[in-house]
Amino acid sequence: MVETFYDVMRRQGITRRSFLKFCGLTAAAMGLSPAYAGKIAHAMETKPRIPVLWLHGLECTCCSESFIRSAHPLAKDVILSMISLDYDDTIMAAAGHQAEAIIEETIEKYDGNYILACEGNPGLEQEHTGGMSCIIAGKPFTEQLRHAAKHAKAIISWGSCASWGCVQAASPNPTGATPIHKVPDLGNAPIIKVPGCPPIAEVMTAVITYILTFEKLPSLDRQGRPKMFYSQRIHDKCYRRPHFDAGQFVEKWDDEAARKGYCLYKMGCKGPTTYNACSTIRWNGGLSFPIQAGHPCIGCSEDGFWDKGGFYNRLTSIHQFGVEENADEVGIAAATVVGGAVAVHAAVSALKRTQSKGDQE
Amino acid sequence: MSTSTKSHSEPAVYVYEAPVRIWHWINALAIIVLCITGYFIGSPPPTMPGEASDNFLMGYIRFAHFAAAYIFIIGFLGRIYWAFVGNSHARQIFFPPIFSGEFWDGVFHEAKWYLFIAKEPRKYTGHNPMAVIFMHIMLVWGTIFMIFTGLALYGEGAGYDSWQYTYFSGWIIPLFGQSQDVHTFHHLVMWVLILFIIMHVYVAIREDIMSRQSLVSTMISGWRTFKDKRDVDDGH
Ligand code: HEM
Ligand code: HEM
Ligand code: SF4
Ligand code: SF4
Repeated sequence: MVETFYDVMRRQGITRRSFLKFCGLTAAAMGLSPAYAGKIAHAMETKPRIPVLWLHGLECTCCSESFIRSAHPLAKDVILSMISLDYDDTIMAAAGHQAEAIIEETIEKYDGNYILACEGNPGLEQEHTGGMSCIIAGKPFTEQLRHAAKHAKAIISWGSCASWGCVQAASPNPTGATPIHKVPDLGNAPIIKVPGCPPIAEVMTAVITYILTFEKLPSLDRQGRPKMFYSQRIHDKCYRRPHFDAGQFVEKWDDEAARKGYCLYKMGCKGPTTYNACSTIRWNGGLSFPIQAGHPCIGCSEDGFWDKGGFYNRLTSIHQFGVEENADEVGIAAATVVGGAVAVHAAVSALKRTQSKGDQE
Repeated sequence: MSTSTKSHSEPAVYVYEAPVRIWHWINALAIIVLCITGYFIGSPPPTMPGEASDNFLMGYIRFAHFAAAYIFIIGFLGRIYWAFVGNSHARQIFFPPIFSGEFWDGVFHEAKWYLFIAKEPRKYTGHNPMAVIFMHIMLVWGTIFMIFTGLALYGEGAGYDSWQYTYFSGWIIPLFGQSQDVHTFHHLVMWVLILFIIMHVYVAIREDIMSRQSLVSTMISGWRTFKDKRDVDDGH
C-alpha cells in the first residue's frame, strides 16, 4: 500500500480534527472556496506522499524557521511531517554519512518524482577561482544541487536566496552567490520561485499542498512565482492604504502620525513595489505583519532589495553616479547646471546682440 | 537642394498645421502637470490633518497624474498619425535625416551659431537641424519611454487582468529588474524632460529674437514669417 501524507500525519500523532483544520486553512490561504478543503483532505488521504528533498546552500535558515512556525500550532506538526521524512539537514534526525546516503536513496527510489526544495543558493565563484564556500560532505554545494536537480520533478526555490540571490549576492558578491534559475547545468526541471526573506509559512505549505492536490504546478507569473500569492503588491491590500490616499504619512519615527498608524510611505515603505501576500495572509497565523507592527516593508521578496539604498528612503539610491544619490538629486543637479548654462548663454547672447546692433549703426 | 534657386519673396509660409499646434500646447500642459504631480508622487506634501475619510490628497494627485497621462498618450498617438497625413514639417521630429550630409552640416552650423562662432544662423522654414535632433532624442524618445514605463506602473495598480498589465507591466518590470527600478527610471527621465523644457523654451525665445525667422508666433498661428528676403536653407 502506498503511504499518504495522511498516514504519516496520523503516525506522528496528529488528530483527524487538526488535519481537517489544516486543510481548511490551506484552502483559504490559496484563495479557494471552502469546498476545496474537502478536496485537499481527500488528496492527502489517498495520493501517495510527495517525497521532498530539502537542500540548504548559502542561506540563514530563516525559510526553515518560517516553515516550522506555520500558522496553526497543530498545522506545524502536519507540515513538519510533510517534509522531514526525506532529507532536510536542519531538522532531520539522521546525520553525517547516514544523512548523505538518504539523498542518494531518495534520488534512486523516486527518480523524476520528488520535489527538490532548495533553500539558499550556491556560490559559483569557487568554480572560477578555486575559493571555498558552502562545502557539504566534502563537496561544494553546487555539485549536490546539480545532482539532485537533474532527477527532480520540480524545483522550489524557497525564499529570496534561492529566487533572487538575497544578501549573500549583495554587491560585490564575493562568493558569486547565484539564484537557482541562473545556475548553469541544472537540467530541465521547472522552477517555482517562492521569494520572501523568509516566505510566509502558509504560502510555503500551500505550494506543496497544491502540487499534491491538483497534481500539477501552480500557475506561475512571468517571473516564475505562483500567481495566487504573488500577483498583488503589499500596497494593494495594505490596511493603511486609506491614509496613503488621504495623504497622511508618518514623517518621522514616533511622531503623532506614527502613533495613529498612518501610512509609512515616507519612511521608505516598499509596499508599492513589492509583490507578496503579507498584507492579506499576514504572519504568525495571521496575527500581524511588519507594517501592522509600525515598520515599513523593506521589499524582502523583490529582486535586488538588498542593493537599492536605505530601507528607510522612499527614492532609490542610484550608484552609477559615483556618489549615492536619488533621481531627484541627480535631476536637480543637472537642472542647475543646464539652468546656469542657459542663463550665461542668454547673457552672452544679449551682449553680442547689442554689440552687433552697435556695429550696424 | 539648397543650391537650387528659388524665389522666396512670399512674406509667410504656412508650416505647422492646426493639429500640430494644438498638440504642442496641450502636450506642453500635460507634461507640466505630469512633472508636478509625478514629483509629489515621489515626495508627497506634508501630512494632512483630520480623518482619513475627509482627505483624498494623494488620490487626487495620482488622479491628476493619470488623467494628464492619458491626454499625453492619446495626444502623442494623434501626433504620430498626423506625421503620416500632415505636411512634411509634421514628420520632421520623427525622422531626422541622419544619413544626409547636408543635415549634419546644418547641425554643425547651428552648433557654431550657439557657440557664438558663426555670425549668422541659417534660415529655415521648418525646424533647424539641431532642433530636430534635440527634439527627436529627448522629447520623442523621452515620451515613448515615459508612456511605456508609466503604463507598466499603472498596470501594477490596475491588476493582473488589465490590458496595461498584459501589454506593459508583464514584460517591462522584469526587463528593468523589479518595480522599484521602473519607478526610478520613470523618475529619472522626468528630469530629462525637464532639461528639455528648460533648453527648449530658452531657445525658442532666443531664436524668436535672434534668428532670421519667426518662432513663437509660428507655433501659435502656424505661419512662418522671415526677417530677410534671402533664400531659405532647407529648400522648401
Ligand atoms: C512642456 C513644455 C514643452 C514641450 C514638451 C514642447 C515640445 C515641443 C515640440 C515637440 C516641438 C516640435 C513640434 C513639432 O514639430 O511637432 C515644439 C516646437 C516649438 N515649441 Fe515647444 N514645447 C514646450 C513648451 C514651449 C513653450 C513654453 C514655448 C514658448 C515659448 C514653446 C515654443 C515652441 C516653438 C516656437 C516651437 C517651434 C519651433 C520651430 O519652429 O522650429 N514650446 N515644442
Ligand atoms: C511626462 C511624462 C511623465 C512624467 C514626468 C512622470 C513623472 C512621474 C514621477 C516623477 C513619478 C514618481 C516616481 C517615483 O515613484 O519616484 C511617477 C509615477 C507614476 N507615473 Fe508618471 N510620469 C509621466 C508619464 C506617465 C504616464 C504616461 C503614465 C501612464 C499612465 C504614468 C503613470 C505613472 C504611475 C502609475 C506612477 C506610479 C504612481 C504611484 O506609485 O502611486 N506616468 N510619474
Ligand atoms: S504603509 Fe506602505 S504598503 Fe501600506 S499604504 Fe503605506 S506605502 Fe502602501
Ligand atoms: S512586509 Fe515586505 S519586507 Fe516585510 S515580510 Fe512582507 S514583503 Fe518582506
